[in-house]
Amino acid sequence: MQTSDVDHDRLLTALRSLLAAKGITTAAEIAERITITDAATPARGAAMVAKAWVDPEFRTLMLTDGARAAESLGIPMRGMPPLGVLENTRTQHHLVVCTLCSCYPRAVLGYPPFWFKSNSYRARAVRDPRRLLAEWGTVLGDDVALRVVDSTADYRWMVLPVRPMGTRGWSEAALAGLVREGDMIGVTTPQLPSGTATLAK
Amino acid sequence: MTELADKDVPRALHDMGGVSRYMCEAVDTEPHELTDFDREVDAIRQLLGAKSVMSVDELRRGIEALPEADYLRLSYYQRWLLSMTATLLQKGVFTQAELAQAMKDIP
Repeated sequence: MQTSDVDHDRLLTALRSLLAAKGITTAAEIAERITITDAATPARGAAMVAKAWVDPEFRTLMLTDGARAAESLGIPMRGMPPLGVLENTRTQHHLVVCTLCSCYPRAVLGYPPFWFKSNSYRARAVRDPRRLLAEWGTVLGDDVALRVVDSTADYRWMVLPVRPMGTRGWSEAALAGLVREGDMIGVTTPQLPSGTATLAK
Repeated sequence: MTELADKDVPRALHDMGGVSRYMCEAVDTEPHELTDFDREVDAIRQLLGAKSVMSVDELRRGIEALPEADYLRLSYYQRWLLSMTATLLQKGVFTQAELAQAMKDIP
């Protein structure tokens, strides 16, 4: 097939009709699969992180077997690769990349974001990670070790970030609201909303 | 026998870790919404996997086999679509003639 001059929209239409004609996939199945996939968002991972911050038993489970921890919160993990969870501390930060393509903990974070799939992120994360993080405004102190972990198709990683100071007594839901997609890959760290920051510490 | 060091082995294009060519390229950290095209390609790939028609490894092999110019020019899900089409042709799920006919039949 000549790839250089393909009309991709037409090719997708042709593929869809061929797969339907062969009895492999129906339009209804495709629509259902899109709905299911769209339902996986970073809110799932954020719920896991918040629970780990308040529930030591769950934290242990999450660090031991991420997929089982996700399932215990009702997150569907069937057919998904195993999920490893990397625990950040005040002296150890983790960053997740997939240098070969885009392997991402989709079950708990949803579709990989554009930057995660970009050539520059894939290239630089393993060679110049501190300057890469600075592009998100994330500056690690010299006393913080940085470990970069390369995902594979068969094993996915997410980061358990450090709970921000000044959140004692916060509800699990309020804590989950602090946790963003990038916090669970390691390009950012959870921050208190501006205004509350002055109360921290 | 001298063993080849990693640095002596030619790198495949998709093997991006640490390559110099992107060291000075800023990361586009802005969110990019997926299109309907993107979502449908993703969904079909999942269904082909769930039905054991085609695996993730086959998807990757097909992406990694793209000519360099295509790999760099195409969007993420355009690469997927080309890999899926090539893989399904190779596996005989449908023929080149059937694909050509299906393309022609589009109004």
